Amino acid sequence: MGNVMIDINSLDVTFRRGRDVVRAVSDVSFSVTEGECFGIVGESGSGKSTVLRAICGLAPATAGNISVNERQLSRPRDAAFYRSVQMVFQDPYASLHPRHTIDGVLSEPLAIHRFDRAEERIENALRDVGLGSDFRFRYPHQLSGGQRQRVAIARALILEPKVLLLDEPTSALDASIQAEVLNLLDRIRSERGLTYVMVSHDLAVVAHMCDRLIVMQHGRAVEELTREGLLSQSARTDYSRQLLAASKGYSASSPQQV
Amino acid sequence: MNALLTVKDLRIAFPSRNGPVEVVRGVNFTLGRERLGIVGESGSGKSQTGRAILGLTPSPGLATAKQLEFDGIDLRQASPATWRSLRGARMSMVMQDPKFSLNPVMTIGRQILEALKFHGRESRAASKARAMAMLEAVHIRDPERVFRAYPHELSGGMGQRAMIAMMLVSEPDLLIADEPTSALDVTVQIEVLRILDNLVSERGMGLIFISHDLRLVSSFCDRVLVMYAGKVVEELRASDLAKAQHPYTQGLMNCLPKIEGGARPLPVLQRDAAWAT
Repeated sequence: MGNVMIDINSLDVTFRRGRDVVRAVSDVSFSVTEGECFGIVGESGSGKSTVLRAICGLAPATAGNISVNERQLSRPRDAAFYRSVQMVFQDPYASLHPRHTIDGVLSEPLAIHRFDRAEERIENALRDVGLGSDFRFRYPHQLSGGQRQRVAIARALILEPKVLLLDEPTSALDASIQAEVLNLLDRIRSERGLTYVMVSHDLAVVAHMCDRLIVMQHGRAVEELTREGLLSQSARTDYSRQLLAASKGYSASSPQQV
Repeated sequence: MNALLTVKDLRIAFPSRNGPVEVVRGVNFTLGRERLGIVGESGSGKSQTGRAILGLTPSPGLATAKQLEFDGIDLRQASPATWRSLRGARMSMVMQDPKFSLNPVMTIGRQILEALKFHGRESRAASKARAMAMLEAVHIRDPERVFRAYPHELSGGMGQRAMIAMMLVSEPDLLIADEPTSALDVTVQIEVLRILDNLVSERGMGLIFISHDLRLVSSFCDRVLVMYAGKVVEELRASDLAKAQHPYTQGLMNCLPKIEGGARPLPVLQRDAAWAT
């Protein structure tokens, strides 16, 4: 295994508004080695997306340390950070600008980071995600959900990052399209040696993609598991076992109380 | 078992610039007092099928059928008055997202009482008692609070349960549930399914469960219709889903990632143009 790519140490994210205090994430620690796919599983409100947003500076880390590639992160994040860490969001219907063509979506990050050979890079990025160059001048509404998510992945990849943060990348897609997008992500990771942090509520998706994962509940990491540990049913906490049972489908007999 | 609902050759067409487009093309099924699942991808026509049974095909769409019969009543010729006496009272529908399908400016309690006021002839106190009992039946822990609450004051799971309570308080014979649990967390999802399951077995209600989640449907329903491009490509007992014959059903099953591990890359569904004809 390579060196540590992402190291998070007792991260806290607290939102305050007036007298209301919401501790979205409290005391979460994990580290991800280079080339690994790391999963975060939990239900809505468990703080799993907030962890990702804290890494890329979209949510304020109120305590704890985050370092990427053995560098403490500056606030605000500098351009070099965004060149090496990119995010893919959940809803491809909301994350692409409806009035920008795919070409516009892909050329904006290139212009911001002053990349050369924009023409060539856009063509390559589209080809890498399995879309032909005839998609280049279309608008998002002319694309299906799966195609949009491919564009969102192309947008993240075009800066040649080292880390991809994936926030529920397939939960808005049909099962058959989900398989295609997961295969695409898997292939790109092995070709380029990327590091992924993947957030999902679907245990099966995370188990398929990731070697290690943490289970989050109420802002805390309740358990860290390996894929083998998940298979051999060695989940220790009740909550992980409940998630595991629930993801197998409905059964009339199994006890269920949250 | 006599049929509660008979659907023969249901077709739904929407006009377009290039002539009418059929989104549902000849769907046949009968429903007894059982749990029937309808599975398919987005755009397969499963939701439109559910809406057409309640006469809720959005205009300018047009639903036609050779036979559409609910408990001996021909729904094709139903007058508005007939529809009013059926909808809500004898057949009702649970929608996908409680955020959009509950009235945001009415308390949950008033919305439930409204359903009862139209269809029952009870006193106010009796209606309220019935509403509270129903909220308890869907495992809402503090029914008194929920009764007074507005939809935005409830979580997604609570809202969906309140919605189910509203639809069931008039004790319908047929419930159409269109992705009732897709917006919910997995553990809450199982609880909501348990409520529906009990209602089917205790009251003998007929349930049509529309979902894109093949695994969930196969573990919950008795019988499954698999829809593709507006047609039912396969009908089978839920327990036999592993023995599915149609390549589309098999493909849908295989492309799901499994916790036990499986093929990498995942098998991808190869679509065959012949399935749609």
